[in-house]
Amino acid sequence: MTTFELLEYGAWGLSAVFGLWMLFDMIKTDRSYSEDLLTSSREGEIEDKLDGAR
Amino acid sequence: MATATQSGEKLSLLRVLGPGHVWGLGVGIVLVGEYMGWNFSVGKGGMIAALIACWVAGLLYTCVAMIDSEVTSTVAAAGGQYAQAKHIVGPLMAFNVGLFLVFAYTMLEAANAWTLGYLVQTASGMLGVTGADGAAVTLYDKPFVVLTIMFLAWLNYRGVHTSLTFNMVITAIAFIAIIILFLAVQPWGNSVLKHAELMSGKDGLLPYGWLGVVAALHFGLWYYLGIEGTTQAAEEVRSPARSLPLGTMTGMITLLIAATMTWYICAGLMPWEYLGTAATPMFDAARLTGSTPLIWLLFVGTVFATVASANGCINDASRAWFSMGRDRYLPEWFGAVHPAYRTPYRAIVFLVPLAVIFACFVPLDQIITFSILSGLLGYTFMAINVTMFRNKWPLGSISRGFVYPMHPLPALVLLVLCGVTYFAVFLGYGAQLLAMMVFYIVASLWFHFHRYKYVRRGDQFTMQWPRPIGH
Repeated sequence: MTTFELLEYGAWGLSAVFGLWMLFDMIKTDRSYSEDLLTSSREGEIEDKLDGAR
Repeated sequence: MATATQSGEKLSLLRVLGPGHVWGLGVGIVLVGEYMGWNFSVGKGGMIAALIACWVAGLLYTCVAMIDSEVTSTVAAAGGQYAQAKHIVGPLMAFNVGLFLVFAYTMLEAANAWTLGYLVQTASGMLGVTGADGAAVTLYDKPFVVLTIMFLAWLNYRGVHTSLTFNMVITAIAFIAIIILFLAVQPWGNSVLKHAELMSGKDGLLPYGWLGVVAALHFGLWYYLGIEGTTQAAEEVRSPARSLPLGTMTGMITLLIAATMTWYICAGLMPWEYLGTAATPMFDAARLTGSTPLIWLLFVGTVFATVASANGCINDASRAWFSMGRDRYLPEWFGAVHPAYRTPYRAIVFLVPLAVIFACFVPLDQIITFSILSGLLGYTFMAINVTMFRNKWPLGSISRGFVYPMHPLPALVLLVLCGVTYFAVFLGYGAQLLAMMVFYIVASLWFHFHRYKYVRRGDQFTMQWPRPIGH
């Protein structure tokens, strides 16, 4: 297998990792929290408190 | 994982961004247009036509930025122009504007991913690798196209602060690369740049006459297309009334400087026949200087500008889709916020396959034209929107973070320039223009007769404004 082929497989592999990570996290999140909470955001409501998130 | 945050059993997007992030979002989406794409305006009308298109489009977008700054400093909600349309014009307009935004940004994201794949393939070809049969070998572009979309979607999924800080840094590097190239070609002398030689005679100036100038406007938009995307950050900036106008207007100034420098560099180094068809004109300009550090710098600048644009597009398209879901203009499922990362995670994931399909299976010029047309429809809306906004809520009736000058002149200028640009697009892509119109008409019928019954009509109007004049 050439270096170029390795790079191409690497790119496919990383794409799959990022895609599956998002998919698994989305399913986990949807199962862990109620739909009412997940869709509770309302336009115009200001959340200034960061709770140390960042 | 970021800290999970709940307040009164409600989730919302995080307000963690500043004016620098807004600048990075707006300029980041657009700057790739300076690295490539704008030069097709040279092919349509020649060097001078491209310069006129650069400045006329600059005027159009200055109007867009000013108008947007006033309205969005008042309607500070995710969804940007979609939220503006909802409050000022009405639900059907809002639905259409939401679709314009999602398609303009998703198509632009697809075009950027395609370009990154092309850059990787081109760079691999420059390594001079040969196969067993002695023929030149290059990397296959599709894995890198898909990787770009997946990585940036993942970054956006994980949080807006990280993704837009990343955007701000790589955008700044790409902008500095243009300035360094400009200084390196010594614009104060004529030892490197050969404007007089390259632009001599009719062919060097306006080979297709004034019709070429009109035709050049189509790709002249590419210098600035997407700066209005700053408004999508409205619900995530700490001080929208200050940060959004500041970030948008400084972004517009940055782009006017970058666009003019870009034209000046390329027009002094390449004949118009080549420049009008070049895939990566700024990288080619660096190669013509013969300086290895400059070649590498502009290669990195091209890659960073492309990545920043795709990243900003994912951010903006997902916010517009999320806002429409939250208002039930689309299934409410899309209006979900991630409890830990505070991002519209379902909207981000849903738009990934759409971007991959367009990037891998649709020709680039078609993708770009769909993006430009959707953007153009959005700009036409803005001119009408701000006039209605000023009529319904005159100055002094509600608090505004920014008041744009000389109303209604910029709105009228914007409307006229949009009309001219529709004609320019029609000259080259009439069938796509009509197909796009048919699509939006069918979507509008679906919304009016089917979807609107699911919308909570009272809940969608959230601004604490007085009753508009005339109602």
